Amino acid sequence: MGSNMAENHPVAFRWVAEAKRRGAKVVHIDPRFTRTSALADLYVPLRSGTDIAFLGGLIRYVIENEKYFKDYVVNYTNAATIIRDDFQDTEDLEGVFSGLKEAPQGTNQKYVYDNATWQYKRVAAWDVAKAREEAKKAATFAEMIQKMVPPAAEKDPTLQHPRTVFQIVRRHFSRYTPEMVEQICGTPKELFLRVAEILAENSGPERTTMMVYAMGWTQHTYGVQNIGAAALLQLLLGNVGRPGGGILALRGHATIQGSTDVPTLHHSIHGYMAHPDARRNHDTLRDYMLTETRPTGFWANLPKFLVSYLKSMYGDAAKPENDFGYDWHPKIAGDYSFMASFHAMARGEIKGAFFFGQNPATSINGSLIRRALANLDWMVVKDNFEIETAAFWYKSPEVERGEMKPEEIKTEVFLFPSAQVAEIEGTFTNTQRWIQFHEKAADPPGDCRSDAWFTHQLALRLKKLYADSTLPRDEGFKNLTWDFDYDPGHYPTNTRIQGEPDVMKIWREINGFKTDTGELLKGFGELKDDGSTTCASWIYCGAYPEEGKFLPANRNPDPDDKPGTHLGWAFAWPANRRILYNRASADPNGNPWSERKKLVWWDATQKKWVGYDVPDFPATKAPDTPAKPGAAGMDAHDGKSPFILLPDGKGWLFVPTGLQDGPLPTHYEPVESPVPNLLYPKWQINPIAKIYEHERNQLATVGDTQYPIVLTTYRLTEHHLSGAMSRWLPWLAELQPELFVEISPELAAEKGIKNLDLVRVSSKRGSIVAKALVTPRLRPLTVNGKTVHQIGMPWHWGFMGLAVGDVVNDLTSWVADPNVMIHEAKALLVNVEKAQ
Amino acid sequence: MAEPMGFFTDTSVCIGCKACEVACKAWNQLPARNGGKVQLSGMSYDNTVSLSGIQWRHVKFIEDFTPDRSTGRWLMMSDVCKHCVRAACLEACPTGAIIRTEFDTVVIQQDVCNGCRACISACPFGVIEINPETNTAMKCTLCYDRLQAGMVPACAQACPTQSIQFGPISELRQRAQQRLEQLHAQGVTQARLYGHDESILGGLNSFYLLLDEPEKYGLPSNPQLPSTRVPAAAAVSTATAVVLGLLGLVGLRKQRMDQLAAAAKQGNDGE
Amino acid sequence: MAMAVSRRQFLKVGGAAAGTAAGALLGLGVDLRPKQVRAQQLRIKDAQVYPSVCPYCAVGCGTLVHVVNGQIVNIEGNPKSPVNKGNLCPKGAATYQLHVNPNRLTKVLYRKPYGTQWEVVDLDWAMDRVAELVKKTRDETFVETLPNGKRVMHTTAIFALGGATIDNEWNHIHQKLMRGLGIVRIENQARI
Repeated sequence: MGSNMAENHPVAFRWVAEAKRRGAKVVHIDPRFTRTSALADLYVPLRSGTDIAFLGGLIRYVIENEKYFKDYVVNYTNAATIIRDDFQDTEDLEGVFSGLKEAPQGTNQKYVYDNATWQYKRVAAWDVAKAREEAKKAATFAEMIQKMVPPAAEKDPTLQHPRTVFQIVRRHFSRYTPEMVEQICGTPKELFLRVAEILAENSGPERTTMMVYAMGWTQHTYGVQNIGAAALLQLLLGNVGRPGGGILALRGHATIQGSTDVPTLHHSIHGYMAHPDARRNHDTLRDYMLTETRPTGFWANLPKFLVSYLKSMYGDAAKPENDFGYDWHPKIAGDYSFMASFHAMARGEIKGAFFFGQNPATSINGSLIRRALANLDWMVVKDNFEIETAAFWYKSPEVERGEMKPEEIKTEVFLFPSAQVAEIEGTFTNTQRWIQFHEKAADPPGDCRSDAWFTHQLALRLKKLYADSTLPRDEGFKNLTWDFDYDPGHYPTNTRIQGEPDVMKIWREINGFKTDTGELLKGFGELKDDGSTTCASWIYCGAYPEEGKFLPANRNPDPDDKPGTHLGWAFAWPANRRILYNRASADPNGNPWSERKKLVWWDATQKKWVGYDVPDFPATKAPDTPAKPGAAGMDAHDGKSPFILLPDGKGWLFVPTGLQDGPLPTHYEPVESPVPNLLYPKWQINPIAKIYEHERNQLATVGDTQYPIVLTTYRLTEHHLSGAMSRWLPWLAELQPELFVEISPELAAEKGIKNLDLVRVSSKRGSIVAKALVTPRLRPLTVNGKTVHQIGMPWHWGFMGLAVGDVVNDLTSWVADPNVMIHEAKALLVNVEKAQ
Repeated sequence: MAEPMGFFTDTSVCIGCKACEVACKAWNQLPARNGGKVQLSGMSYDNTVSLSGIQWRHVKFIEDFTPDRSTGRWLMMSDVCKHCVRAACLEACPTGAIIRTEFDTVVIQQDVCNGCRACISACPFGVIEINPETNTAMKCTLCYDRLQAGMVPACAQACPTQSIQFGPISELRQRAQQRLEQLHAQGVTQARLYGHDESILGGLNSFYLLLDEPEKYGLPSNPQLPSTRVPAAAAVSTATAVVLGLLGLVGLRKQRMDQLAAAAKQGNDGE
Repeated sequence: MAMAVSRRQFLKVGGAAAGTAAGALLGLGVDLRPKQVRAQQLRIKDAQVYPSVCPYCAVGCGTLVHVVNGQIVNIEGNPKSPVNKGNLCPKGAATYQLHVNPNRLTKVLYRKPYGTQWEVVDLDWAMDRVAELVKKTRDETFVETLPNGKRVMHTTAIFALGGATIDNEWNHIHQKLMRGLGIVRIENQARI
């Protein structure tokens, strides 16, 4: 659901096909009948953007029919926890939660939430502000965190108390009846119920169900809540932390996981620590720690991770007396995400830009992005081919139409040619968090260089340019350690390329070492908050535990008769664990839930956790270990709390902190929808959604008669993203040579469109032309008595390359999920006409 | 002589990804049609359209839905040379370029082929075409070079769902039978094997599990040899082809060419 | 019917014929046994093999890169990888053409402000010029404290957008350089 796995991750689908051959049932729930549907046991259509309604229906089914995994739910989730008396659900407030307030200026939002009322009810009064004042005076960071431990939460293990999470969840989803699912999603009730039955039959001690998603769930203004709904459902069914269970995020790029872990994203620093932020109380190092550290659970170690990170930035200059250089580290002060930044660029607020292996000229609201590029003073593109972004100034549709002229565009443009994977040594992190090393096989041609070469050489030049500065603002950069040149005499001799950084030196810094001896760290357990360790990424710590031992280059797979965790192949963060929270694969007493599904269990003789995977739990903490009242860190959890990163060690059905748009998923319509929100008529869309206002970012209204058709955009097996890595390759270009729009025979008949006709597809933002592919794989749905047509367009094309075509993203809009600022490309409104 | 080797293509798990097409082109260094600049065919997701001299694997897409969508299937099948036990192309080839290898596969020797096209019209499956770059007839070699090195053919190695399986024919037949029984037990009663026994051209060394009648996939249910009317000549040509193919002796070639040209002509005339 | 031989008989006949003929020729000093039926040699016979990883999606399929005389001659799935057991999708199978491709850029292209065409420029010159521009823009737009007194030490006038098919090592040094300079508009494909 929310994924077209066979098309976009065909090799991962290998294992689905194999499971199917062994008797597993495959269900595909999707607006389009795709190559995944073709292989599924059951295909279920739904209207694009209504996943929460569908999942909510399943949650209701599981609760009302008592199909949930009771032992798991009571022991491993926060079902029994009682929420504050002043919390109000969408059921109480007709579609919103308590805490809704007007958004401050500049957030591109109408409303935001204050989550104070969503918190656990504590057994005693708890004054955070006072605790914080006390904590600030502590001698050590550990003592400081200790003082922030709140009183325990109230619980009712019978789950009967009306304010338990379980009862709140039950009430919250009571509206999501099979009839309501049918009316909202357009999915026939019988099909929905069949899915519910299959799900229930295949969950429990003996069996697990896995949910697989990709951009079909994320690219919505409630994308995070889509996944939250799946997490809630999987926790109810006991499908988390167990083999064959979980929620599999199928990510789309070779190291998109690595780019998130090693964050080239504005909101976080290494290992999922929040970026220092002027909008929060991050004024000093201690303020940051007090604001960001969860005092109980594994995250209590944050001060160690943060100090070691700062040491990796500023080396010896980072000392306890200067807060390890914290003041040099920049702070964010706003939303600098993709769309927000192009929004700023469109207003002329950005002067220079780098585009490394990414092609925004064909991205969201493409025309607006291409116009924004013309506002730059300079831009650097680094890629393999002359991609659309590099050529925007002379080849854009805007230039072709005479709306922009090269001689009027000021932007100074650099296009650097790139080395490709087989010409570089380095690592990618795959979608299962496996860090895999790839070797360099040959030199790249001409002036093609690796991206690391570029950044390293740029840094060396900037270091020189700033060497003589005495300005305080340049002090941080001058202290930034940059020790990536090969040691003398160690540069590879079998290459004509000079000036590459030493990959193993970069890894020394990522993995970390002891600052006195230089000894590499064996794992994040060795990290200290006193400056005696340096480590950029605590989650990657241990990948390079000693000289000559680099685990991402490990290539010893399990033989076929073994369980297949493949601990000897690559390195999976953290600590080479393959399945997170795998303590949950054993029952509260530490025994496997079933022989079939055993993974990690407590060995009473050895007095430790053992199994096929690296246990995701303190190695010798027995299942009957009680929690220490008032303790910080892991001591706050008992031996039956698998979710070690969460403060209470329990899987969260109800999410008190961390989400901007509510503690529970709620069905809202996409920002552009053909129908009103049947569930909560007062609140059509996610009230917290981001809408970046611009004259070229207009939105269709509910049921807009000019734009009555739902468009969903997607990818094909034969191409990659904007086509920068595929439309230039003859072998791939010929497989899907031209842009098309998939239209049902019913809509085609209505519009007088024949197969291969040129059609014009228009939204409030733009209008493009594509060839019609009339196919019964698309079908109209009946939504609350109204016929809704859905069409589909793959978005791979652009105006450069061998296979060229209009930019589908010229139709999409700058609207975003408020948690992660992803756009809504899976459900928008358009019109379709035969092109003249 | 090695054991007869071949493909068993289980279309019930084909996801139409075309990895086989690209892996084949990559290994055999075959060009894209018109450098990759082609037009949308409008035939579902098939844009390579047919097998050809530069397209040795071709994935077919068949959209099979009732108007009300109460039933619907999207059938996919990776088509390839069948490496027939009684290979019409081999019989028709006047130059001896087409040989039967020690793996019981059928290969066109590029240095011998003169591009006469006799094999093209002889093949009942429309597999062979002239490669415009070399002006010789080309088709799948079942990765003869890889087989000799003990490697799996490029397409079978790439195939993500193991729809294309490679191995000794005897083993593949067993596997196919088991899979068929499994599908029948699951209620997929339309599933059937195609070319797994001698009934089709003495057996296809690339045989199929189909989910419907062969015609649905554009396969002839009863393909015929052009040579059925000249059995004696065909027998000679086959046996000779093996010998000649193995030896590749130029001295013998003329004689054999004359001999076979006559037979082929006869066969073709009879069509 | 002569052709009505079974597969086994056929092969026996073929094999015997081949064996005899080839055996006879061995005496002539020419080894023409079956493996030499065709002149074609395995393309990767003398290649060096480098384990690599597919650069497309995040499944992380293992690949093998074959190199002869410093030139990439073939890229295919690594049968040893537990991720893909040698399988690839069409994109992965086309990785060779990502490297060996006449459309590939090999020189730095530069477009002056208001220019109407590309110029080929020297790599070093371009690097120097980019470094100057970064310094200039940073210095002109750097903010130490916001009007509300909050210390930020950043510039929001430079935007760095990085694709997610670039190595972790680059991600690390890139984000380090940017944050080290105070450039906070760091984004990646991972967002969208």
